[in-house]
Amino acid sequence: MIVPFAHVLTFAAALFVMGLACVLARRNLIMILIGVEVMLNAVGVVLVGASALWRQVDGQVFVIFLMAMTSAEVSISLAMVVYLRRRKGTINADAFDGMKG
Amino acid sequence: MSTVLFYILACTALVATGLAITRRNPVHAVIYLVNALFALALIFYLLGAPLVAAWEVIIYAGAIMVLFLFIIMMLELAPAEEPRGPGWLSWGPVLLLSAVLLGAIVLLMAFDPAAAEGVPSWYASPRTFGYVLFKEYALAVEIVSFQLLFAAVGAFYVGRAETPKRAAEAKR
Repeated sequence: MIVPFAHVLTFAAALFVMGLACVLARRNLIMILIGVEVMLNAVGVVLVGASALWRQVDGQVFVIFLMAMTSAEVSISLAMVVYLRRRKGTINADAFDGMKG
Repeated sequence: MSTVLFYILACTALVATGLAITRRNPVHAVIYLVNALFALALIFYLLGAPLVAAWEVIIYAGAIMVLFLFIIMMLELAPAEEPRGPGWLSWGPVLLLSAVLLGAIVLLMAFDPAAAEGVPSWYASPRTFGYVLFKEYALAVEIVSFQLLFAAVGAFYVGRAETPKRAAEAKR
């Protein structure tokens, strides 16, 4: 381990909080998705750090699953963005505040 | 050496992410995020995960971020007018971050990981990695491939073109 594990955790926590702040504070759907990306990357840092700490490959394997999940999530949510934009002509999250039914 | 590099890259990633999440222009945000992802890939390499580092660049920075850019440009979400103020304000930070990343790569190559002190004494070779991935986690690989297929079908369903019949239904 090149650095103490606590420092890796601190770095990942800072990244995660940044992503969370982006998700909560921004009103642009694209920026919200970017915040989700940042959070998922922070999780990846923790997994790789744990993998290096215990010298097991399993953490890195989970990062690969995380990447596959992220690409699935991004493809679906960007299609949703295109759909919502077509429906209301805006991607401001505040515009989508009504439910039908 | 790698300890110092880790802290430099961590600071780079944090600064790039902070700039990315505060941009008003989504294209600028994506460019800063690509910078942050490159820094993260180097951190993964330092932590003994060379294969994950490569995939971070290929999948995240190469595929997902380009998908973001593609959607932003397709929907014309980026503001059309030029920002006020001198031009270096917009491309200066990106240039600085890229220079730091390039410097980190050159340092890493100059001090060969196998020889320099403070190097990860353990790293997962692609051989070990593939063995674990396709032997112990074979079922999970299958499930993830199904998930990707479902995501592709779902994206196609959500994003399909508006037909007159559906438009009439939506109006009702």
